[in-house]
Order: sequence, then structure tokens, then C-alpha cells
Amino acid sequence: MIAGDGQAAGSSGARAPSSAGDARPASPGRAGGRAAPVLSLHRVSKAFGAVQAVAAGSIDLHAGEAHALVGENGAGKSTMVKILAGVLRPDSGDLLIDGQPVTLHGPADAREAGIAVIYQEPALFPDLSVAENIFMGRQPLTTGRRIDRRQMHAAAAELFGRLGVRLDPGRVSRGLSIADQQIVEIAKALSLDARVIVMDEPTAALSAAEVARLFEVMRALRTAGAAVLFISHRLEEVFAVCLRVTVMRDGRHVLTRELARLTPDDLVRAMVGRTLTERAEGKLTEPGEIVLRVGRLTREGVFTDISLDVRAGEIVALAGLVGSGRSEVARAIFGIDRYDAGRVVMRGRELRRASPTSAMAAGIGFVPEDRRQQGLVMNMSVQRNVALASLRRLRKGGLVRSAAERAFAADWAVRLNLKYGRLTDPVFHLSGGNQQKVVLAKWLGRRPALLIVDEPTRGIDIATKAEVHQLLTSLADDGVAILMVSSELPEVMHLGDRILVMREGRLTAELDRDHASEESIMAAATGQLPGQAL
Amino acid sequence: MTSAITQRPGSPGAAPGAGSRRLTERVFRVRESGIIAVFVVFVAVTTAIHPSFVDQQNIQFLLINTVVYALLALGETMVVISRNVDLSIGSVLGLSAYMSASLFGSHPGIGVPVVFLAGIGIGLACGMANGLMVALGRVPSLVVTLATLYIIRGIDILIVGGNEVTAQTLPSSFTSIPRASVLGVPYLAIAVAAVIGIGAYYLRSFRSGRELYAIGSNPEAARLAGIPTGRRIFTAFGVSGGIAGLAGVLWAAQYQTIDSTAGTGYELTVISAVVVGGVAIFGGSGSAVGAAVGALLLSSITSALNVLGISQLWLEAISGFLLLLAITLDRIISLRLQAALRRRSAGVGT
Repeated sequence: MIAGDGQAAGSSGARAPSSAGDARPASPGRAGGRAAPVLSLHRVSKAFGAVQAVAAGSIDLHAGEAHALVGENGAGKSTMVKILAGVLRPDSGDLLIDGQPVTLHGPADAREAGIAVIYQEPALFPDLSVAENIFMGRQPLTTGRRIDRRQMHAAAAELFGRLGVRLDPGRVSRGLSIADQQIVEIAKALSLDARVIVMDEPTAALSAAEVARLFEVMRALRTAGAAVLFISHRLEEVFAVCLRVTVMRDGRHVLTRELARLTPDDLVRAMVGRTLTERAEGKLTEPGEIVLRVGRLTREGVFTDISLDVRAGEIVALAGLVGSGRSEVARAIFGIDRYDAGRVVMRGRELRRASPTSAMAAGIGFVPEDRRQQGLVMNMSVQRNVALASLRRLRKGGLVRSAAERAFAADWAVRLNLKYGRLTDPVFHLSGGNQQKVVLAKWLGRRPALLIVDEPTRGIDIATKAEVHQLLTSLADDGVAILMVSSELPEVMHLGDRILVMREGRLTAELDRDHASEESIMAAATGQLPGQAL
Repeated sequence: MTSAITQRPGSPGAAPGAGSRRLTERVFRVRESGIIAVFVVFVAVTTAIHPSFVDQQNIQFLLINTVVYALLALGETMVVISRNVDLSIGSVLGLSAYMSASLFGSHPGIGVPVVFLAGIGIGLACGMANGLMVALGRVPSLVVTLATLYIIRGIDILIVGGNEVTAQTLPSSFTSIPRASVLGVPYLAIAVAAVIGIGAYYLRSFRSGRELYAIGSNPEAARLAGIPTGRRIFTAFGVSGGIAGLAGVLWAAQYQTIDSTAGTGYELTVISAVVVGGVAIFGGSGSAVGAAVGALLLSSITSALNVLGISQLWLEAISGFLLLLAITLDRIISLRLQAALRRRSAGVGT
């Protein structure tokens, strides 16, 4: 009844509110006398240390209705999802099921309560069959309490039939595409008779055809009476499949409204909390000579034919959806991952493949996406972490002198305005933002000609974020070439002198800062508006 | 810069799914059929060089030598499938062998079934201690069972001291167990094959068996799926211990002279057999039958060296080489598979 998908796959685009409005689900007369919500979060709060991830977040989900939850990265959406999934328990506030307050003690409780969560990248059992993944722990049995494989496969096939997809229940799930993995999770939710299905950015890594299929499935779920919570960065999808929307910003509830009464511009304004014209000042220096030249880089199945240049004093932002291959390109340039074809030339000299040592020797610094796993040795002291990439310079007669290490670290700590107790404290004591500064200090200590930063401000508070932005800008002013991978559009537009957009492993657009807008970047990233692409 | 917006063809649907199924099936079948093929080739080559390799006496000898390893491999398979490892089985076997066999001396006239139960009981207790520490204490099984390997061996040495159980103290009803045969096939081999068959059937067709695979395949997802992971892992270690206890009694019946070194180093041989038999060392896949064939292959190598008159000094080197070969093969297959699936599912490139 509340139909209207297929819009996202079309080319009309979400830019014109009127056209989006035509295809938008009409709100049926039920809006007035609707039943009590199946599931509500009422003024829930959750803090991690000093960071307030969610403050008084509220949301109501109704049977047979798709509800969108939108907000910028860091707005608190994921925390809300984890609370619904029973993974996190809120510090305060209530979770109500059919109007009754409930405490979820774990994921099993949430499942018991009829809440199913489909994550962006589902966690399946790769060695087991698709059917077993759906029915693990609940396999149909014969009289002898043996697993009835035939029945199990038939039941899985029946679920896939209801979802309108073709998937072989007997194949192992290793090697399934992300879209098919999500289908398996959805089939599991269906087999559990889940009343609430939460989809956390399910479309981020999907192609247009797969998205269209997912929307078919969502419609089937709603028709069957399930409440769907849909989280997406792609606003046109939100308008296409959802009836109402809740917007969050900085952990707070901003508004909940029927989408029929909003335009995409309204939504963006509510998400960002400012007008989008806000831009950084123009650069003081003109970009210098080419520092990094990447030619036709290809890693089969991951990215294809990537060519780009980064000049001295320039920040090049690499944008795109999660899973579009941005981070993989960055990793290949630095030599962490192997590439199948193409070349990476640093200041006129070609780098050896898959050799971070060669990249470092050529003057590249790399601040990885996951600082805890890849950027820092968490148990090691602040000063050791800062000095880690510069040991060659700090050693004398083969030994690293502690005094030199300390002086070196103290110098960078002051320059980056690092907040710490003692330089000998392990880094895991520091906040996320300060940890990121340690990673930056580690690489800046080598005075790199090119700095690659992957999601430089992920999970850091707003004040430190501004400091990191300031730091990157001033580095560029000092002549360092910077290649930045980021999922946050405001960050991309704020810092990037040029913006390269990737989609499904290919570069789809190059925009200079005067021509970039959230719409044009998203268009190139999602392939919705071919006219904008290069 | 490429001109963009290349709409890739709709990847879902029957054709790619069916294709990748064929591919994965082929590869996953290789895991078990590979080891069987290696075994067949090995037997054929050895027989061609020296036909007496397949005479009845040698086959009997081979089977009897394999039963203890094959039995241990069943227990170890259950543990390894759940992404754990049990290093203590050699020590458990030793303790059980001495304790159960010495009952004949201390309680003359004791029934053979009682002795078997005692051995299994000792093994079960050791295995449950392991399981408790791994499941409840959340200590990595490598560490726990490495510790109990030494602790149980230490207890064994304290109990045995300088003594040993000798053949004279054992009743003939006990020592004849490995020798009884029907149509040239030892009863014991038939019984052990049956036990392995039951174990394989359990792992394949019962919920709790499949849950061991699930735990090994993705422990976090298993927890989210509501599988009682602690209980399952505890059970796997209990069964592995109980089987090691049973194997200890059989060992005693077979060798008849038991001192404190019985079963030393068996854990590594058994783990080799399990891995050679296609059980993934990081859990999630493999079968008890494959592991048993792995054990059979390892002991036929010993036997073949005998028959061919090659020095036993070669044994360890050849076993190690075989293990390396098995692991290399496994790695190559999984890398090939990954690359193939990556290339296909992305649909990019030319």
C-alpha cells in the first residue's frame, strides 16, 4: 500500500523536490487514528567516556511502516541502532515494546522481542550453507532429532521466494556479495517473524540494481506488517521508500515528520544545522609541482583504472560511498595492498609495489582509517608511538636514546596541542581525538612530502575535529601534498581543493572546489545524475 | 580520468549464483577427496614397489596401529572445528593408560569393561577441566591445554614413579582385544570405524554438531545467533578428553608395557592427521572422516617405510613435509577461490 520504490533507480533524481514528491508514498488515512507504536525509544542517552553519543534520542516505529533515520556521520544513528539491537544499554531513557518498558540484556533478548538488525556488512558463517546461516540453532528436525536438510532447504527457498530473490540455499555463504549477504540476514529476520527490522545503511555498498531489489524486499516486509527502520545517507532513497523521517544531529533528536511535508533541502538543513554555503577561505598558496602521480592503478575486483595527481600544497579529497574503493586505493598507494596493474610515481620515481618501506622512503606518510588497529600501538607510551616512524633519526650507534625520543615527542605534542597526562602513559588513555593527533605527529615527525589521511576525523569530537582540519590546512600551506579519504561531505567540501569521487571502484568525477556541491558529489558517488559526471 | 557511470549488469540472479556454487562445491569437495586421492596413490605406489604392503598381515598391523590415532583425531576434530585446539590428549592418554591398566594389578579379577570405564572417566575429567578453563575462564585453548599437557604428564610421572605396568599383570582377555579379528579385519578397527562414523554423523546432522562449525566459522556471529558457545566448547573438550581416555586403555591393551612416557608427543601427530585430513586449523570446516583418513595416511607412511626398508629416521621428516604440503595446498585453494570470487562478484575489469 505504501509503495513507491524504483524511484531511486530512476534518473529523475532527488534534486527537484517536486519530482521526488510525485513518486513519494502517499500517506494513507491511517495517520490520524494509528495504533500505538510497536517499538519506541523514548529520550534515551548514551555516553562513551566524555563523548555524548546520544542525548535524549527518541523514535517511534509503527507496524507496516518504513521510517527513516538520517543524520550526518557522528549524529548518533549507529548508537541508536546498537541500543535497539541490544548491543548497548542506554544510560537513561526507555525502550518501549507495545508501550511496555523493556530492558534488553543482549542481542538474544532483542531477537526474542522480535527486533532484527541488518547491518551494512552482515556477519555470516562463511563456511556454512546459506540455509544453515538462516536457521542456525533453529534447524527443522526429523523425528530422530536429526537436522532435516531437505526441509531446511525448502524453507529457505520459500523465504527467498517470499522476498522475490533467487539464491541457492545449499551454497556456502563464503563469497556471497554484500547484497546477497543482506538478503540472507533479511530471510533470517523473516523466519524469526521479526516485527521490527532495522537496516543500518543497507544500500551503502550496493549497485543500483541491487538497491532496487532491496526495496522490493522492503515493500514485501511492510506489506507483511513489519515495522522497518531505514538508515541511509542517500536522501532520494529515503524519500522513495519511507513514510516518515527522524533527523538527528550531534546525538540529539532534531525532528520527526512525514516526508510528504518535507523537501530534500529541508532535510539537509535539518541534518547539517546550517546552510551549505559555508566554505573555507581560498588558499594562500597556489599548488606547486606534482608530488604524487598515480597512473591507471587497478586491483581486480576492488578498483579499476585509477589515475590521479596530487600537487605540493594541495589537498585532494577522495570521496565516495563506503565500499566504493577509496580506502583501498589509498592503501595500495602506500603499498599495504598489492595492485594488479598501473603505477605509483612519487616525485618522479616509481614506487615498488606492495612495499610500505619504499613508500615511506619516498616521503609518504599514511594515517589509516582505523587508528586503534592500524595507526597506534595501543599499549605503548605516547612518546614511543610518536617516535615510532622516526627511530632511524633518533638512534645513535644503533640504540634509540630515550631522551631524544622524549624531546622529539614533547616538541610535537606542543605543536599539535596534544592533551595528555605524561608522555610515558600508554596511548589508550587518550581520547579519540588526541589519539589521532598522536598518529599525525608520528608521520609529521618524518616531514613527509605527501600525507595520505583516511577518515582523519572519524569518531572525534567537534572541537578536536576543527583542530585537525586546521592542521591539515596549514600543512598544505607549508607545501605538503595531502590526499584525504573521507566519508563526510562537509569535510570533503571544506578541505578539498579538488574533489575526486569514486563509485564501485572507478573514479566517476573530478570537481574543483568552486563547482562541488553535496548534490554533485553524491550524484557522482551514487550514479544518480549522469549529467554531472566528468 | 575515466568517463564514468558504467552501469554494471545486474549481478543478482541465477546465473552467477549457480556458477559460484559449482566452483565452491568443486573446491570444497577437494578438501576431503584430495586426502583420499593422496592416500590411494600412496598405497598404489608402495604396493607397486613392494606387493607385500597389501598382504593381510600388514593391513592388520596397519589398522591396529591406526586405531588409537584415528580415535584421538575424532576428538581433536571436534575441538579444532570450534576454532580451538587440544594439546593435552597425549598426556591424558598416558595417564589413562597407566591408571586403567594398573587396576588389573591392584584389583585382581576386575572386569575389562570396568577398566574401560575407568579410563574414559579419567579422560573425561581431564577434558572437562580443559573445557571449563577455556569456556568459563575465556583463556585461549592453546595456553590452557599447553599447561595441562605438562600438568597431566607431571601427575602421571608422580603416580608412576619408576614403575611400569608389565604384560604379566594383564589378563589375556584384555591383551587379546587388539588381536581378535573377523575375516582378517580386527574387531577393534571395526569398532573404532563405527565410533568415528557416529561422530561424523553427529557433527553433520545434529544441531549441537553444526553449532560447533558455526562457532569456529564466526564466533561473534555464533554468539549473536544465540548459540550457547561456552557450553558447546566445554562439551567438545569433554568429548576430546573422554576419547583420549578410551584411547589410553586401547593403547595399554596394545603395547602392554606402560610407563610414564606413554603417549608422549601424540598430540602433534594427531593434529597433523587432522590438518592433513582437511580440517581447517582455524575452525569452521572439515570432517571426522577426513581426519581419520589423515591418521590412516600418516600411519601407512610409517608402515611403508618399514616395508620398503627405508630407515625410520626418515619418518618425521616425511610426516612434516606432508603436513606442509597439505597446508600449502589448502592455502593455495582458498586464495584462488577468493580471487575468483572477487573477480566475478565485482564484475569490473576486462
